[in-house]
Amino acid sequence: MKEIALNNVHLKLGAKMVPFAGYNMPLQYTGLTHEHLAVRSGVGVFDVSHMGEFIVKGSGALDLIQKISTNDAATLEIGKVQYSCMPNGKGGIVDDLLIYKVGDEAYMLVVNASNIQKDWDWIQKNNTFKAELQDISDRTTLLAIQGPKASQAMKELTDIDLEEMVYYTFEKGKFAGVDNVLVSATGYTGSGGFEIYFNNEHAEKIWAAVMKAGKAFGIAPAGLGARDTLRLEKGFCLYGNDIDDTTSPIEAGLGWITKFTKDFVDSKVLKKQKENGITRKLAAFKMIDRGIPRKEYEIKDAGGNKIGVVTSGTSSPSLKLGIGMGYISKELSKVGMEVFIEIRGRQLKAEIVKLPFVK
Amino acid sequence: MNIPADLKYTSDHEWIKIDGDIATIGITDFAQSELGDIVYVEIETEGDNLEKGEVFGTVEAVKTVSDLFMPVKGEVIEVNDKIEASPESVNDNPYEDGWMIKVKLADMSQLDDLLSAEAYEAEVA
Repeated sequence: MKEIALNNVHLKLGAKMVPFAGYNMPLQYTGLTHEHLAVRSGVGVFDVSHMGEFIVKGSGALDLIQKISTNDAATLEIGKVQYSCMPNGKGGIVDDLLIYKVGDEAYMLVVNASNIQKDWDWIQKNNTFKAELQDISDRTTLLAIQGPKASQAMKELTDIDLEEMVYYTFEKGKFAGVDNVLVSATGYTGSGGFEIYFNNEHAEKIWAAVMKAGKAFGIAPAGLGARDTLRLEKGFCLYGNDIDDTTSPIEAGLGWITKFTKDFVDSKVLKKQKENGITRKLAAFKMIDRGIPRKEYEIKDAGGNKIGVVTSGTSSPSLKLGIGMGYISKELSKVGMEVFIEIRGRQLKAEIVKLPFVK
Repeated sequence: MNIPADLKYTSDHEWIKIDGDIATIGITDFAQSELGDIVYVEIETEGDNLEKGEVFGTVEAVKTVSDLFMPVKGEVIEVNDKIEASPESVNDNPYEDGWMIKVKLADMSQLDDLLSAEAYEAEVA
């Protein structure tokens, strides 16, 4: 089990730690609902240092990234971030990731913790472009400071104009007295805010400064539990749940990051899917009957026939009802249609809805 | 961790308060803290005669769901209706407002199998 730099800080705060993707990570501090609502209405801070970061450099860097990813990285300028995914050569997904253009021929890829080794091997295997690769995951701390009050709460810590930053851009600068912090206007909560990347050695100092600056705004340390409910309310995919090596980006609703302006792994297959249409897609539903859908519960039609499986499900802390997603055939998952979720032997009514669940 | 000395416990993290041949049953402070924020408690066994170890209900937290097991054999004679409207009382006050069911005990000898507060504390330590 790997230990993140702030392990002891989280323990002191009374966090419940759980093993996740080979790391001991904070699941929750005071309570999931409190943390969730703090992020939705104020500000919360997540330690997500388990995430992986790779540097890709050199004259072949862009060619490599263009080959392995679905989005068009040629459109990136320095200071911009792009959401993308890596197809696996069989029409499925190796991982979803963020691509940062940090220099003329330099990029940072941010990948899921559970996939660090798999992604590394996959990228190496496809690196026929002699791009220089470096895995900086183990020395990088990543804090996600999220919520509508994040920029106001953090502005005293940096000269970067947080309130003017555009979504999916980043700047490097001084933060809490530490040079060279990468401040990125991104996140996985849908409530605005920042993600900041820096070397582990500064972790305690920056954490303390963030908590202090956030105090007047009621900042809550938030764990992976709240991170999951926050992302699901917005309909963001989670690798391992909603997307994996067997799901296509088109089926997953990631057509918007799949650009056929270039060739990439699986571009022919995916283009065909887009042109000919797909038979199933990732659909979202909310419970009509009282019940909480959870991963792997069966989705059924009114006749009791299995039509899909829940890939993510929870009780929404904002809506106070059960919400979920799962792959269902297109004809049976139009908005407004009725489906049934089998929960402990009972078929409970749900309705197909549009994403996001929470605006 | 709050483990009142005057209650009995099980390894399934339930507490039992004995009053004559009536047992009041709930989940322990440890259990509620492991479950996290409880969203609702579903108990539809009122009036049923259940064996020890049978499921008498389920508790749904945001992140997880857990079955509730009968710590004793007997008839479920009452369900705490108040936790339907305020399931958070199981988190806030598991030994008082958060009680779940009352059971008329089938026999008294089965109480010998239950854990004392000290024995339960040793299990969760």
